[in-house]
Amino acid sequence: MKAKARRFGIFVGVLLFWLGVWTLLSVWGGQELLLPSPGAVAAHLWRLCRTSVFWSNVLASLVRVLLGFLSAAVAGTLLAMLTTRFTLAHHLFSPVLHIVRAAPVASFILLAYFWVRLQLLPSFIAFLMVLPLMWANVCQGIEHTDPSLLEMAKVFRFGRWRTLREVRLPSVLPYFEAACTTGLGFAWKSGVAAEVICSPPFSVGKEMLSAKQYLETAEVFAWTVAVVLLSVCMEMTVKTVIRRRKGGRA
Amino acid sequence: MSIRLENVDFSYGDLVVCHNLSWELPSKGVVCLQGASGCGKTTLLRLLCGLLQPSAGSITGLASGTVSVCFQEDRLLPWRTVLDNVAIPLKGDRLAAAAMLAAVGLGDYLNSLPEALSGGQRRRVALARSLVMPAELLLLDEPFTGLDVDTWQLLVPLILRRAEKCPVILVTHVADEATALGASVIPLTGIPLTGELLPQ
Repeated sequence: MKAKARRFGIFVGVLLFWLGVWTLLSVWGGQELLLPSPGAVAAHLWRLCRTSVFWSNVLASLVRVLLGFLSAAVAGTLLAMLTTRFTLAHHLFSPVLHIVRAAPVASFILLAYFWVRLQLLPSFIAFLMVLPLMWANVCQGIEHTDPSLLEMAKVFRFGRWRTLREVRLPSVLPYFEAACTTGLGFAWKSGVAAEVICSPPFSVGKEMLSAKQYLETAEVFAWTVAVVLLSVCMEMTVKTVIRRRKGGRA
Repeated sequence: MSIRLENVDFSYGDLVVCHNLSWELPSKGVVCLQGASGCGKTTLLRLLCGLLQPSAGSITGLASGTVSVCFQEDRLLPWRTVLDNVAIPLKGDRLAAAAMLAAVGLGDYLNSLPEALSGGQRRRVALARSLVMPAELLLLDEPFTGLDVDTWQLLVPLILRRAEKCPVILVTHVADEATALGASVIPLTGIPLTGELLPQ
């Protein structure tokens, strides 16, 4: 309890420090158009929060990002199982996944613009960005499963299902958790970038682009803060779900 | 029908460990395999528990094929409690697992994770897990490593009780351990192991 309170205190201290730096820079710059103050951004965000348009945009973007992230989590895990099990699958898929990982996100957005329906494009981009990360991490988890525990499972006749539940999954879980944490950030970044470039109806990205066109810098900041908060909330939710899963088994 | 290795061959690549090896295990009691490191003791245990397959010859007499092992390393599931680790081979019979843990002096640690235990305590959990599993053969690969004399002497009656029901194969470098268990000793002089293995 004491450690928790201490951590919270440090968090608040750090937050106040950076808000102070932001305020100083804003006052020093003297132009709200270039760098609005935290107060102006908070006021803008509050105004946005009280409109139904804000929530419908946020919800639509959230669904798109979640769709891309979850499909990448499932596909990445299945691909990892396939490529660690079959050498041919590894030779076949790993170069493609490495290329996807290295290619700039903007290239995919521009190319996918011609391939995918506008509404689904941010999900597709989020999927492409998260897939290689998920695949690489789960592969690592599978490869790092302790062979001595697998031997123990064999000797004590766990069977295939029990070995999966008792040995393989818990070994992969920390790697999967790390991929989820990083992947969620990636999904939001790439998904919103795709929305900004392609402007599908009902999207945070479209609103950000429109705010930028009208030189509403404070609104761009407000949308950015909203995206960051959503990303953090989702990350915490995923972490809690995984921790509960771990706790449930212990 | 007793467990028997019949003309078994086994090699790791070019390194021949067993050649034409035969060994008839007693139907009960403790047999101790003694010898320097690399003389094939662990390989013999791995052949008996099915982790290695002979390239020639056969292992017969294991009707149900259930062999319990206390490995040289603890091999506990780090994400499971001590009780769960011992109950797993019993398919969840937690009462029997708790009783065995109490017998090895770990009754107060049922809900601890292995990482919270000392090396000697983890060793006892590993031994409890192997003792609790109903099996036709019990293999103990240096089970008392890291335990003080008082502790391993506490465990001796548990092993002896098990040895009344099935053969127990013990690998150890310590002569006192074999003596305390009244084991018949088979000295292994080096590889390749050949011919019939006989107690001293």
